[in-house]
Amino acid sequence: MPETLSYRSIAGLVEAAEAAGVRLSALVLRQQAAQLEQDEAALYETMRQQYAVMAEAVAAGCAPGVRSASGLSGGDACRMLEAQRSGAILCGGLFTDAIAKALAVSEWNAAMGRIVAAPTAGSCGILPAALLAVQAARGLPERDCVMALFTAAAVGMVIADRACIAGAEGGCQAECGSASAMAAAALVEVCGGRPAMLDAAVSIALANQLGLVCDPVAGLVEIPCIHRNAAGVAHALTAAQLALAGVRSPIPADETILAMKRVGDALPPALKETAEGGLAATPTARRLYEQVFGKPRG
Amino acid sequence: MAMNVFDIVGPVMVGPSSSHTAGAARIGLVARALLGGEPVKADILLHGSFAKTWRGHGTDKALVAGILGLAPQDERLRESLTLAEAVGLAVTLREGELENAHPNTALVTLTDADGRTVSVQGASVGGGNILITRVNGMEVAVTGQYTALIVLHRDAPGTIAAVTEELGAHGVNICSFRLSRSEKGGAAVMTIEMDGSPEASLNDRVAGLPNVVSSTMLRPV
Repeated sequence: MPETLSYRSIAGLVEAAEAAGVRLSALVLRQQAAQLEQDEAALYETMRQQYAVMAEAVAAGCAPGVRSASGLSGGDACRMLEAQRSGAILCGGLFTDAIAKALAVSEWNAAMGRIVAAPTAGSCGILPAALLAVQAARGLPERDCVMALFTAAAVGMVIADRACIAGAEGGCQAECGSASAMAAAALVEVCGGRPAMLDAAVSIALANQLGLVCDPVAGLVEIPCIHRNAAGVAHALTAAQLALAGVRSPIPADETILAMKRVGDALPPALKETAEGGLAATPTARRLYEQVFGKPRG
Repeated sequence: MAMNVFDIVGPVMVGPSSSHTAGAARIGLVARALLGGEPVKADILLHGSFAKTWRGHGTDKALVAGILGLAPQDERLRESLTLAEAVGLAVTLREGELENAHPNTALVTLTDADGRTVSVQGASVGGGNILITRVNGMEVAVTGQYTALIVLHRDAPGTIAAVTEELGAHGVNICSFRLSRSEKGGAAVMTIEMDGSPEASLNDRVAGLPNVVSSTMLRPV
């Protein structure tokens, strides 16, 4: 296996994994161990700890009484769990579990709990929810899920390099969109999909959130961020399912990533985390701002 | 500069915002490391989006946590303002404007019990990543991802060669290098980020070289 691996394109990563006949994560682990001058076992262990923090955040976020300092969020993960317990659910097992977990992690983040940015804190619920839900549903070994985090990270590195992962630069498509693309790739890998399927998973997940603006009410990572994490994992499941079924994206992932960057550049500043547009500019959002900060927004 | 998997799946951090909370804590940690002692006074100036939204993101708590030496993942970050009071760290915070600064920028000035001070200007550039752009007013470029040397020296021929030769002799590979100077022959500063974990003795060797005024080694934060 080559120790050089470029994070400049999804196509390049897919090609390298197909040529080597291994999961993409195996190549990423080897290359990163060389880059960081650590052995593979140590690097794997660090990633295993990230996964453990993700699981802790799900558990903590599911506990009753989780509230953010602003008082604007908390309790939705509990509502989902209660709905699951009482059988009042529209969608079945894995899907419901995934969106409940995404809410739990995001609400825990808003409550100043400990999370893993993936790729950012605002989008931190999507990747853990996807992997932990599919691990529980399929009884997958932990090792598969930890390794899939390397694949997810590789996808995120390409997006960060070719476009961006910050809401302030690219809008929510760059945060939740990127997280969904990473999660979709991870799902394809743990479900035994070929590396070639990663391209469609990434491209579809990102394409379906193209143009999504970053419009945090009162400038806080709560409304609509928490619900967008739930939607983000739904997008990841959709894209992964399509890719695993052999559906291909007519637009290659690398072009979708560049399209995301161009859309992000074209978005006005009001829709890029400044809390001056979108939902943040609604009358209710203005009222919530006043409620939190005790003065009208200047 | 090459990023790694933990820049994307990571950092582990206390929420709610990687740029407004985790990045802010890391700027605080760098300021503390550069002071090299226990701070008794912290003056914080917030610029741009930091100035607008610090309350809701706990940016103040995060910066103070870093100044106290708490990592972005330390759950005591939430109570850092109370902790500061308990250890006798006086904190003042203002909102202001800095010229040509990234929207998420903080200027942190720390003072220790002996009256030594350091001022550190840093930007939180997304995903918990930071870029320290000024130390004591001089331009630097430190990401906190690598072990870095900040070498204050006189602008004289051969100084850079002497420093890089010392690094080479220690088998250390440079991944980024930046030089800025006030004027020809005046005060200058080299910022050098290095691969791996170079030994602390390297810093002493560099500090002892001709024309070098001081050298500070900053470990990744």
